Amino acid sequence: MIEAPTPLLAVNALQAWYGESHILHDVNFDVREGEVATLLGRNGAGKTTTLKSIMGIVGRRTGSVRFEGQELINRPSDQIARAGIAFCPEERGIFASLGVEENLLLPPVVRPGGLSLERIFELFPNLKERLGSSQGTKLSGGEQQMLAIGRILRTGARLLLLDEPTEGLAPVIIQQIGKTIRALKEQGFTILLVEQNFRFAATVADRYYVIEHGRIIDQFVNAELEANVEKLHDYLGV
Amino acid sequence: MFEILGIPSSALFGQLLIGLINGSFYALLSLGLAVIFGMLNIINFSHGAQYMLGAFAAYLLLQYSGLGYWPALVIAPLLVGATGVIVERLFLQWLYKLDHLYGLLLTFGLALIIEGVARNYFGSAGLPYIVPESLQGGRNLGFMFLPNYRAWVIVASLTICISTWFVIERTRLGAYLRAATENPTLVRAFGINVPRMITLTYGFGVALAAFAGVMAAPIYNVSPQMGSELIIVVFAVVVIGGMGSILGAIVTGFGLGVIEGMTKVFFPEASNTVIFVIMAIVLLVRPAGLFGRRG
Ligand SMILES: Nc1ncnc2c1ncn2[C@@H]1O[C@H](COP(=O)(O)OP(=O)(O)O)[C@@H](O)[C@H]1O
Ligand SMILES: [Mg+2]
Repeated sequence: MIEAPTPLLAVNALQAWYGESHILHDVNFDVREGEVATLLGRNGAGKTTTLKSIMGIVGRRTGSVRFEGQELINRPSDQIARAGIAFCPEERGIFASLGVEENLLLPPVVRPGGLSLERIFELFPNLKERLGSSQGTKLSGGEQQMLAIGRILRTGARLLLLDEPTEGLAPVIIQQIGKTIRALKEQGFTILLVEQNFRFAATVADRYYVIEHGRIIDQFVNAELEANVEKLHDYLGV
Repeated sequence: MFEILGIPSSALFGQLLIGLINGSFYALLSLGLAVIFGMLNIINFSHGAQYMLGAFAAYLLLQYSGLGYWPALVIAPLLVGATGVIVERLFLQWLYKLDHLYGLLLTFGLALIIEGVARNYFGSAGLPYIVPESLQGGRNLGFMFLPNYRAWVIVASLTICISTWFVIERTRLGAYLRAATENPTLVRAFGINVPRMITLTYGFGVALAAFAGVMAAPIYNVSPQMGSELIIVVFAVVVIGGMGSILGAIVTGFGLGVIEGMTKVFFPEASNTVIFVIMAIVLLVRPAGLFGRRG
């Protein structure tokens, strides 16, 4: 067997709580440098909570989150971001009191090597046209999603956490986001993608993890996808 | 000398000037309250006491260090702002997730303590603070006499207000502040040290109050109750403008100062209540305030 390289992100025995409710019980998974890993699971399974725990924005968490070998579990979220992880939340988090350009430029650059604005506009031409809009939340849902992804590409973060970027969007926009994710992977970004839409995930992912009731219950790589489709339908209830 | 609506113009312009002076203080103080409320979600009831501390700091700097008005204008806000930073770290930071009432009670209690201590040491009679030499005298504008110090207060207040508005609405730092007002968790998850930003915001708001206090010292004397008298009106101004609106605080502050001054000319009996009457009407018609965002 070939020795696996150290993963870029290693999550071990991760547990998380919101107040008294124990949400994540035992989450273990790895994301390797340069790959797109996807975390699949039904509504309420704990996908968002997993991303928030990595980012340090849940009430309480224990276990281990190692990024480039550094332990992040006890760090505050601003330091986690500065270590090189960027988060695109499920609700997109576009700021109403900021214009489109201000939203785009908001996340500070944490490392060299982020994408230039020109490159971001190549990926999302619509954004360039809407740059003058004075309120980020006046954009359409698809444009807001592009803005939410676009703004974290400038920062130089190596690992992107994308929480259901296709949720509620029209098929053409979903296609565009799929194309973007593949382009970002080619540029060397590592992506942890949370999805319920397994059909979409299958077009971009290298590795699949399935989460249920706050535990990772299954995992496989792209080559094993065919063999696992039945099971996946079961897990996701589709 | 000419008359307007049967009022001698000198009286009219005199009251307009007083209105603008009062408006300068309303605007500076309500601006600080708006900045603090926007970022900390706390209604800073010690704002008046912190304004008074600014005036006392200027007085004490002169008495004990021989530092006059101009150095005091810089040093007093820094000192008082630093006490604000300490208050935020020690007390306020634990209250953000609680109801507004807790922050209000804590800052109100703090105001009582500060005022009580000041009264204990200085009595309640006002202490004089002279107008700096460079701003003594005045000029005759033809239709009225304009004391230099009062002109300075209006210009300084406008400058500070407009600069603050500019920083918040038009700069990168301001974008961080506005974003953190909406969603502090996400802004922090982008790598910005939001808790430190909140602490400094409180320090800045308090420093603004102290700055106003130093500017007020030569006009109103320095006394322990100077803040509590003013702050009631300022809270009415904030309610009228809309809690947390920067532009609203500035425009409403100056506007109500002028309205109050004009009321003194045309209907003197109402001059002490006009602001509260306007507040009641605004609360009925536009509860979020003239410039407040709904919801
Ligand atoms: N802020 C919160 N407070 C309490 N419980 C929450 C909170 N957010 C999510 N939960 C609960 O945690 C569980 C996992 O939620 P989440 O991670 O958002 O699921 P997913 O993203 O997989 O749909 C759900 O049962 C949800 O009700
Ligand atoms: Mg979710």
